[in-house]
Amino acid sequence: MKTPLQAGTLAPEFSLPSTPDQKVSLSELRGKPVVLVFYPADWSPVCSDQLSLYNELKTEFSEFDAQLIGISVDGIWCHLAFSKDRKLHIPLLADFEPKGAVARLYGVYSEKNGESERALFVIDAEGVIRWSYLSPMGINPGADGILKALESITKKEMSGANV
Amino acid sequence: MSDLSVLTPAVSARDHAQGLGDAPLTLVEYGDYQCPYCRMAYPIVKQLQKKLGKNLRFVFRNFPLTQSHPYAGIAAEVAEASELFGAFWPMHDMIYERQPELSPESLVVWAQELGIEEKKLEKAIEKPEIAKRIQEDRMSGIRSGVNGTPTFFINGIRFDGSPDYKSLLEALEEKQTI
Repeated sequence: MKTPLQAGTLAPEFSLPSTPDQKVSLSELRGKPVVLVFYPADWSPVCSDQLSLYNELKTEFSEFDAQLIGISVDGIWCHLAFSKDRKLHIPLLADFEPKGAVARLYGVYSEKNGESERALFVIDAEGVIRWSYLSPMGINPGADGILKALESITKKEMSGANV
Repeated sequence: MSDLSVLTPAVSARDHAQGLGDAPLTLVEYGDYQCPYCRMAYPIVKQLQKKLGKNLRFVFRNFPLTQSHPYAGIAAEVAEASELFGAFWPMHDMIYERQPELSPESLVVWAQELGIEEKKLEKAIEKPEIAKRIQEDRMSGIRSGVNGTPTFFINGIRFDGSPDYKSLLEALEEKQTI
């Protein structure tokens, strides 16, 4: 089992393509919570997969002003076709070259499978990891952990403002 | 998130349930009426109910995936509205049995077959408690770790196995002997 970067760690910077001519850098997203969703591969053969579920929960995530981002080792054209097919609103980043470099940086690359593990990171507005989760083999983690982490960030910020 | 995803809130009188409240086993399904995997699970639940009899209580909660399934929302509304005419379960069953023909128009026809007039159905759907209930089910599902449809909970703990008859029966029987 891999060890994902833990809460309290500054989230390592990265810059990955989101379209054939655009890149997304983590630092550009400062100021809002970011949820990184590492997943093994596009085109998993079920209609109710993890990304589709998060896609359904757009309203719930937007309450926290959170930006969700999917990351896998698939190439950008593969991501585009997958996004279109599943009608995803979540940007998908291609951790394609060098393969899995960002997944390695976050401690969630599986050498055995040549893919990222299924892992979640909730990063606060200052770029600090506040919660991370590595899913046990083959189990889709759902969204409850992400929402709880986002809630705790929001609560702490609010109580901080009152002090 | 703990390793075990726990059903929150627990089953209560607000839920649609088949079977007795004091049954040793409770199977909760979060389902989407247009989801093909839920349709596959539908006869399996019936089989489990037959096999386990009084020992099993079955509860259905809504988890419509409306981005993927355009009719999941209206189907959930019609099923919930049918409850007001005492026909939740007949409607629930009918939708899964006839899922390939599911459409807003067919739902009206099916409701008529169950003795619910179109006008009455329309009025019932508009009641705010219908939308509220579906939203409550959905939120409870998200909080409980629902990760797709169908997601099952056995005595309050998420079932992560394959939703086939054998796996579900084994998981249920295991709980029964504890």
